[in-house]
Amino acid sequence: MSVPRYWRKQLNRYNLKGSKCETCGRHFFPPRGLCPECRRDGKIVDCEFSGNGTVRTFSIIRTASSDYDIQTPYPLAIIELDEGTCMTAQVICEPEEIHIGMKVKRVFRRIIAEGNGGVIVYGTKFVPA
Amino acid sequence: MREVAVVGIGLTEFGEKWDTSFRNLFVEAGANALEDAGMSGDQIDEIFVGNMSGGRFVLQEHIGALIADFAGLTKNHIPSTRVEAACASGGLAFRQAYTTVASGIQDIVIAGGVEKMTDVGGSETTDALAGAADREWEGLVGATFPGLYAMIATDYMNRYGLTREQLAMVAVKNHYNGARNPMAQYRKEITVEDVLRSTLVADPLRLLDCSPVTDGAAAVILCPLEMAREFTDTPIKVLASSQASDTIALHDRRDFSTLDATVAAGRRAFKQASLTPKDIGMVEVHDCFTIVELCAIEDLGFCAKGQAGKLTEDGQTALGGSIPVNTSGGLKSCGHPVGATGIKQVCEIVEQLRGEAVGRQVDAEIGMTHNVGGTGATVVCNILGV
Amino acid sequence: MVGIITYGAYIPRYRIKTEEIARVWGANGAEIAAGLGVKEKSVPDLDEDTITMSVEAARSALARRDIPRDAIGAIYVGSESHPYAVKPSSATVGEAICATPVMTAADYEFACKAGTAAIQTCMGLVKSGMVKYGCAIGADTAQGAPGDALEYTASAGGAAFFIGNDNPIAEINHTCSYTSDTPDFWRREGQTYPSHGGRFSGDPAYFKHVQGAAHLMMEQMGTTPSDYDYAIFHQPNAKFPRKVAAMLGFTSTQIKPGLAVPRLGNTYSGAVPIGISATLDIAKPGDHIFVTSYGSGAGSDAFDITVTDAIESDVFNRSAAPTVEELLANGKYLDYALYAKHKGKIVMQ
Repeated sequence: MSVPRYWRKQLNRYNLKGSKCETCGRHFFPPRGLCPECRRDGKIVDCEFSGNGTVRTFSIIRTASSDYDIQTPYPLAIIELDEGTCMTAQVICEPEEIHIGMKVKRVFRRIIAEGNGGVIVYGTKFVPA
Repeated sequence: MREVAVVGIGLTEFGEKWDTSFRNLFVEAGANALEDAGMSGDQIDEIFVGNMSGGRFVLQEHIGALIADFAGLTKNHIPSTRVEAACASGGLAFRQAYTTVASGIQDIVIAGGVEKMTDVGGSETTDALAGAADREWEGLVGATFPGLYAMIATDYMNRYGLTREQLAMVAVKNHYNGARNPMAQYRKEITVEDVLRSTLVADPLRLLDCSPVTDGAAAVILCPLEMAREFTDTPIKVLASSQASDTIALHDRRDFSTLDATVAAGRRAFKQASLTPKDIGMVEVHDCFTIVELCAIEDLGFCAKGQAGKLTEDGQTALGGSIPVNTSGGLKSCGHPVGATGIKQVCEIVEQLRGEAVGRQVDAEIGMTHNVGGTGATVVCNILGV
Repeated sequence: MVGIITYGAYIPRYRIKTEEIARVWGANGAEIAAGLGVKEKSVPDLDEDTITMSVEAARSALARRDIPRDAIGAIYVGSESHPYAVKPSSATVGEAICATPVMTAADYEFACKAGTAAIQTCMGLVKSGMVKYGCAIGADTAQGAPGDALEYTASAGGAAFFIGNDNPIAEINHTCSYTSDTPDFWRREGQTYPSHGGRFSGDPAYFKHVQGAAHLMMEQMGTTPSDYDYAIFHQPNAKFPRKVAAMLGFTSTQIKPGLAVPRLGNTYSGAVPIGISATLDIAKPGDHIFVTSYGSGAGSDAFDITVTDAIESDVFNRSAAPTVEELLANGKYLDYALYAKHKGKIVMQ
């Protein structure tokens, strides 16, 4: 991805800033500008998530593209945030430690470094709570 | 709406085609389809090409024009359009061709699919395929394509008690079929032990749970049913063609183990054809990973949720079973040139319904295809019959 | 009075034992560990760097005391391992704690004392009324060349302090510095690992500057070592701070809580900040703390700190973030090969 694309959503990635629909109460992370339930009747406002959640499903990634390969094997999970929406993120723990139902909390980590001279992308990963 | 028939099919051999270029792959498949239909290129009214990522794999966009040009079809300046829905691009091209003919806009339309995946390295292939999911919120955080399907497998195994061995049996069965398909990439039988011994790619999925990286192309020719006898003695009718969408990201799904787009596309297809799953004699499903075949069998309604592993173990999805699945070898053994897969599935059904699938022939009068884009954000289903 | 409003520390979970490093270089690990007084050191995870550790430390501080983000007027990150040569760590930290955009920020480098220099800057900004709160961070993923003596100690960690004058948990009564041009340790532009003057980094460098600043502080404050409950000195190893404490007249009891180096190694810019954090973890209202950092090149910053009642009051929740002792517990041990991978010492194509 390009530098402007990383930058554009970095506040969301750093601080789990998503959105919610005040009309129906649904939370969105990643953020949505349009509620799929209420559509134009929905009132979308910014919403910061607590960063606590539960592993719903997971895998251990053992083969990845070049910018990620140094980190393999890494646990990847779909995490249901306490506010009630799911996101995909890495979980920092031993591969044999991760399980469905595991409580996790957010941490600030490097997502990738583009080669030796490129930009470093930071964001949210999770650790066992 | 007019009734539509398939009157010609053409394939390239699937595999690592080091000496064949992107454009030559498509031309070979297209020429084979014209040959099969006994038709001249001048009779073609329009072209739809399914292609996922010419831009990433061969740095080529504007695929529609390129194909028309090198297929020698620029003389009549016919419309040629590339359609894209990741791994469902081929299925989508078929559906575009179908609606174009059914609506009466054109009479003879060629629907093809092509992907040339081996001109880039493994890392770039992984990255390009990750574009079929949500680049910003799945790919960027380290989700690979096998990783996303592995998370489906983890959820499924946890909820339905599917065993690792049952999952392996999907690959074993598809390799058995592929070994009998002269166009398949891996014409080689494997055992459950082979699967369980293969390298872990994304737990619990191993290398032999995954479809390979493949070069290949496929093409079919559609025309109104009333014209079909001009070209073939065995026209195959298109009884339904449906498409459905879902969230681009797996994490936004209602249920990770059910592809709701499969359910929706399946129901629409059955409704259009006035059929039920019981009427289907064989099905080509999108087994990019073994787990998806099991989800598809259930989500299309061939068995109850959670029962597809047992159905596979009991041999019901094998050649001669109650519902043969992936007689071509599927994506797993036949290969998965992503843009071509949806068309190849139609070719297999047509070959079977014509009774020409030597060595793997099943007894069926109606067949179905199921083609998935991404992790289920697009699904195309087609039902064909004699 | 200006002081520490809240604080937080961060130490990665990985460790390597001194003996494991010695094994690779054919050295006597037990002897080296005893000589340096360092048994093991922290190692960053593959996705950790000065910025991630700074963010974690700052977030821990804010977990202990939730201050309005728009009142944070300055962020300084002191480190000699900023991930970028050009592009501020401090701006990323500011964004990650939601303090941007109305704030000033800059990255500091003064070998191992950049973190305490950041505290001094924040004190000045608060005292002058230019900002309500300033955030001072010292953190490093310290570098030591393979086989160099530094490799036994160079570790990873950091701590963050929010400086203000609004009911601080510890008042900073005074600060002073002692600086000269002394080339005992350096890293040239573009070089991966630092160079050092060996034994030259002892007497004319560390000991001269630490004693210089410490004497200055006690002279200006009219205090003696016995007036302090705790003392924290820069700790490149366990030997130097113990020796300088004894030379100045501080006891081993006074320096014990803030001496993290035997199990942590030398976190460079993070060393004194983590030492202060470890001391604040156990401090009671009224405790009097003496601090002297050291940065090669060379200089020392001294601080005279008094812990206030606020540390045990409702405005501050010390248990809302892990203590240094908790961060040091349950390390995961790496062998040298994995350590080399974590530290980027393996040349990748």
